[in-house]
Amino acid sequence: MESTILKAVDFDAYFGENHVVKKVNIEIPKNNVIAVMGPSGCGKTTFLRCINRMHELIEGTSTNGKMLLNNEDIYDMHPILVRHKIGMVFQRPNPFPNLSIYDNVIAGYKLNGMKISKHDRDAIVEQSLQKASLWNEVKDSLHKKGTFLSGGQQQRLCIARAIAMEPDVLLLDEPTSALDPISTSSIEVLMQELKKNYTLVVVTHNMQQAARVSDKTAFFYLGELIEYDITKSMFTNPKDTRTQNYITGRFS
Amino acid sequence: MKPNIKYRLGKSRFFKGLIIALSVLCTVPLFIILIYIFKEGFSKINWHFLVNMPKPVGEAGGGIANALVGSLLIVFYASLIAIPLGIMCGIYLSENRNTRLANWTRLSVDVLQGTPSIVMGIVVYFWVVKPLHTFSALSGSVALAIMMLPIVVRSTEETLKLLPDTLKEAGLALGLPYHKVILRIILPCGISGILSGVILAVARIAGETAPLLFTAFGNLYFSTNILKPMESLPLLIFNYATSAYDDWHNLAWGAALILLIWVLLLNIITKIITKKWRVQF
Repeated sequence: MESTILKAVDFDAYFGENHVVKKVNIEIPKNNVIAVMGPSGCGKTTFLRCINRMHELIEGTSTNGKMLLNNEDIYDMHPILVRHKIGMVFQRPNPFPNLSIYDNVIAGYKLNGMKISKHDRDAIVEQSLQKASLWNEVKDSLHKKGTFLSGGQQQRLCIARAIAMEPDVLLLDEPTSALDPISTSSIEVLMQELKKNYTLVVVTHNMQQAARVSDKTAFFYLGELIEYDITKSMFTNPKDTRTQNYITGRFS
Repeated sequence: MKPNIKYRLGKSRFFKGLIIALSVLCTVPLFIILIYIFKEGFSKINWHFLVNMPKPVGEAGGGIANALVGSLLIVFYASLIAIPLGIMCGIYLSENRNTRLANWTRLSVDVLQGTPSIVMGIVVYFWVVKPLHTFSALSGSVALAIMMLPIVVRSTEETLKLLPDTLKEAGLALGLPYHKVILRIILPCGISGILSGVILAVARIAGETAPLLFTAFGNLYFSTNILKPMESLPLLIFNYATSAYDDWHNLAWGAALILLIWVLLLNIITKIITKKWRVQF
């Protein structure tokens, strides 16, 4: 039995009066890739943004219920600490345009004022870029601006920036939706590598992607978690008719 | 019915010609002013003109050292007051688009921008000059700072508004505290826009005369004491150009050219900065 790293208990999220995530219960096992899929507006991104407390940054939002990271409720922790432990990669690559590749990777340390020696810094940058399979492409231009890279490289830079903080969980919000097919496949390969060290939660629109990369899949519909199962069995033998309809493309 | 293509094309051509002709017409006054001031002022400017004091009536030569240094100091202190305040206010406005305070602030800033400069002079006269019992460079700086403020605020706000929200989210998602996200990511990314707003504001106030008339007041002697009256380029031009002496007229023309070059240079620097420091996404 794999150990559970992240657990939501009766979790609700609201935009003002709008109930967008409804009583979600989910257990996410360590070192797995979990795909979260569902039609637009089903609350999957909101749910993801609740996991690192980014949801509450929008005015008028609120949450209810428990979100446990290693059995500790993240809503009892300081949000800054939560975001150190739970990294995030966004839909569009968003490296800091004012920083070099090197400084982008180390940004979480540097801008937080953590004192680390140059030796350690170099090591963190190299390891993170290697884990993000970007090292070989950028090792000779570490001090160029991160925005000179291609979209796919920028996204891997953002992944390197997130894993440099050594998070427990990495959240990816449709990480390939702004990328071309080649960059997409390189990110998908990367996810398989990353799950050795981290737990990944990926929001995706793309069912094929969910099928390719994930160990377990959660299907959200109208704010509810309809079905959550091993990816293979969900795609071959969905239990709920709504899941079946979605997978077979009867609504989108 | 067949449309009359020739007639339509003719109308289009006429319209195009009209807007070209009118835009050329717009640049004419600027060029006439430039040429005239260059013609009158250029022969007066030399090293002596910049480093010497004005001479008494009847003596040829003399310079504008006191006014030049005075202008630099007054504008410098005005910037010292207005830039931090303006940038902070701009950050607040771009971060809080629809709060009541933001709307009020925005309205006040707009009204401030439209307030006649002589009004700033009077207000500062009552606020600073009267309590201190003396005209002073400092009061002039305060008046000019109030004039700078709206330009700095609005250019900061508009620049930061254009930055994508994902930039801020990227910082917050890394666990950075809010002030670090603003100071270390958002501000550096918007620096070219903010700086050009600041420089344009400096260029704008350099030539302001009205707010200085009864604040900095003017000074025939060289002074760097900001608590005492101080000469400045616009005041010198105002006083000498309206005098009856040719020598003083010459000084005024030279000073006008210096002021013009100042504004021109600042505008060119702004163009270079926006090009060079613009952050690519």
